[in-house]
Amino acid sequence: MKTKGNPLLYIGGFLSGVMTALILVGYVWTPYGPTAMDASAKNQAPSLLHLLGTDNFGRDIFSRVLSGAGTSFLIAVCVVVIGCAFGILIGSLCGYYGGPADVILTRVCDSITAFPSILLALVVVSIIGQGTYNVIFALGILFIPSFARIVRGEFTRCRDLNYIRSAQLMGVGNVRILFCHILPNTIPVLLSAITIGFNNAILSEASMSFLGIGIQPPYASLGSMLSDSQTYLNSAPWYALSVGGTIALLILGFSLLSEGLQRRARQGREV
Amino acid sequence: MKYAAKKFLTLIITLFIVSLLAFLAFQIIPGDPTTKLLSTEATEEARAELRAQLGLDRPIPVRYWEWLTNFLRGDMGESYSYHMPVSDMLGEKLVITFLLTILSFAFTIVLSIPLGILAGSVRSGWLDGLITALDQVVMSIPAFFIGILSCFFFGIMLHIFVPGDFVSYTQDWGAFLSYLILPALSIAIPRIAMTVKMLRGAILQEMGKDYVRTARSRGGDRGGILRRHVLKNALIPVITFLAVSAAEIMTGTIIIEQVFTIPGVGRLLLSSISNRDFPVVQAIVVIMAAWIVIVNFVADLLYQLVDPRLRLR
Repeated sequence: MKTKGNPLLYIGGFLSGVMTALILVGYVWTPYGPTAMDASAKNQAPSLLHLLGTDNFGRDIFSRVLSGAGTSFLIAVCVVVIGCAFGILIGSLCGYYGGPADVILTRVCDSITAFPSILLALVVVSIIGQGTYNVIFALGILFIPSFARIVRGEFTRCRDLNYIRSAQLMGVGNVRILFCHILPNTIPVLLSAITIGFNNAILSEASMSFLGIGIQPPYASLGSMLSDSQTYLNSAPWYALSVGGTIALLILGFSLLSEGLQRRARQGREV
Repeated sequence: MKYAAKKFLTLIITLFIVSLLAFLAFQIIPGDPTTKLLSTEATEEARAELRAQLGLDRPIPVRYWEWLTNFLRGDMGESYSYHMPVSDMLGEKLVITFLLTILSFAFTIVLSIPLGILAGSVRSGWLDGLITALDQVVMSIPAFFIGILSCFFFGIMLHIFVPGDFVSYTQDWGAFLSYLILPALSIAIPRIAMTVKMLRGAILQEMGKDYVRTARSRGGDRGGILRRHVLKNALIPVITFLAVSAAEIMTGTIIIEQVFTIPGVGRLLLSSISNRDFPVVQAIVVIMAAWIVIVNFVADLLYQLVDPRLRLR
């Protein structure tokens, strides 16, 4: 019953699964070297030999997209892990214990989420400097409040439920209640928050790298490649189309997945 | 009126906090501006002299107050890189970016609300699926990619406009505004898809409520109920979302200006970040943050208009 009538979950799961699989394969194998140049095959249109064509240096775009998506993927995972870990820590403590610290932290989180993350990320990067690790750090910190808010909401909801009350009466320690009794119950909501966060991370990283303040050469991510490819829009339009299309497909897959997960979480609660 | 006054007070306090944070954020940067302004071989005395000249030797609260009052008077300091007042550098760029934001926001509202109502009144299964699918796909295309796509289709394939051939409003308003249409739409399209999804969801949810059933049982037709009763309720969450959109559109211009090579605030912000030209970065950040705070204030006032229940509190 749970997944019946939830095509979003299936389509999203399939699409993001395929994209993730391709990216994982890209870590160990690409048809050509992503930086290998071939002077005899410059600016070639997509063909069987070069699935997505070649760029102005004769580099295979399919291989480049795979490795660029790999970089973006890795950064997004790091950002989500940082945001989620600290978000769970802050959100669970605030939601469970309440009190003045909760009020203040919730206010702070609300104010941070009122500002677009790109603007804040630009401020953080302009203060701590550009660079791959700084971008991960900046985005990771900026993703904490959204996770903290969601986790806090779930913990305040669960705090007063009967099974937690009885666990407290039986003398279960607070740490155990927090992480063994409440946390597993937040997983349906958390999962969809993680997929949305992952999407936002991909988008933010792509935007920052597109602006040239994210990933620095020699590394390349989808954002920096899209910015490069714009120069060759005239001679090799397939470059921009395949890089941008990859970003769009990644985001589409994960947004459908999160939509499906949200529906399932809602249905699960109603049952 | 009491509600508005209360919100206005909150607005002032928020603006104050935002300005304080923006000021402090650029004080904690390692290394002071003298290392940027003077060569590395400069003597310690020369540094101290420059610091006194810039007023950096005085306590932070004094400097904050001076910075804030100067800022309100339009004096935003002097650029480290270009040695000219920041306000002179911003002037024209600010107008360009602001008009781009307004245009894009106007597109978002004008297109998303009718489309959302249309999508919300659909009652057929396959059409419902089609709208959801289309909406999700459009939502997933980042604005900068829509920008590149439109450069490709309208610029390179159809030759309707020349990407990069920007004309400022000081020369020709018509050419200026027509150049802004595609960038504005690029930012607006994903936002439109999101707003449509939101409005549609809100309408469908409201349509299932008891008051709608009552109105139906009294013989009201669906269209009339939708217009007179449901829409008022469904628009409340959409206003919140549009306020968020106004903020996102403002920051979206930073990226879209890069795609269409529009010499606005965003490009200046990026070059200033690369040059570590902090007075410029600080001024732009404060202006953008103020815009966001003010938009939220306007949204709060609009709630009260749409939702009279708030006036009782």
